[in-house]
Amino acid sequence: MTVTPGWYMALAAVLFVIGASGILVRRNALVMFMSVELMLNAVNLSFVAAGRELNTLDGQISVFFVMVVAAAEVVVGLAIIVTIFRRRATASVDELSELKG
Amino acid sequence: MVELVLFIIFGAASVAGAVTTVWARNPVYSALGLMLTMFSIAVFYVSSAGHFVAAVQVIVYAGAVMTLFLFVIMFIGVDKVEDRRETLPLQRPLAMGLLGLLAAGVLVAGREAWSTGRVRVGDPVNGTAEAIGERLFDEWLLPFEVTALLLIIAAAGTIALAFYRREDR
Repeated sequence: MTVTPGWYMALAAVLFVIGASGILVRRNALVMFMSVELMLNAVNLSFVAAGRELNTLDGQISVFFVMVVAAAEVVVGLAIIVTIFRRRATASVDELSELKG
Repeated sequence: MVELVLFIIFGAASVAGAVTTVWARNPVYSALGLMLTMFSIAVFYVSSAGHFVAAVQVIVYAGAVMTLFLFVIMFIGVDKVEDRRETLPLQRPLAMGLLGLLAAGVLVAGREAWSTGRVRVGDPVNGTAEAIGERLFDEWLLPFEVTALLLIIAAAGTIALAFYRREDR
């Protein structure tokens, strides 16, 4: 019994869905952010598995770029969370309602 | 055979880490669960011949990004208990239903045809730093340069946020 790329795809789908459920049910901004990272990692895993199946390195190059964008996103996002915390002393997204129409 | 054993062990570890990330009450446990998932995914990269991305995964994600997360968690406090009651009616069942549908759809699509029709050519991949570098500085040079711009923008934005003060203080 060998591990086919489909197995990696299935695992990536499971991890992605767990991450998406974290976005939907949690209210702590930090945990939501970690769920985004989880989803990005799941997609990276599917890139590497597909690139291996198709004999191309481009999947791994895409992973590299996703990592760069994720690093930039984490830096800016955490800075925003800290800035909000300095003003409101909360990390719960439900209490941030200034933009409510 | 080795790959199968690795897949079973680290697949279970990655799913356990992901569930911990989403369900742990304490954000520190969430961060540790995410770290477990990232290490497991690095193992999958190694068994898929992605040696360089595996190293980057451990250094950048499990090292730098998670340190940053833990730093911010400690900074803004872990003692507050999150209110887990849902204020929107039907939100949770609806979310779970949609997610189940998404998972089923992806799994079915993955069983049928996940490839976009590109034929398999060339040698099996070997993602060493050398191979990745040759590819990156040849065909992907422009995107690589643009990521430099992106990182500068992110750094400048972070500094701007750190120095931001309201006028009335």
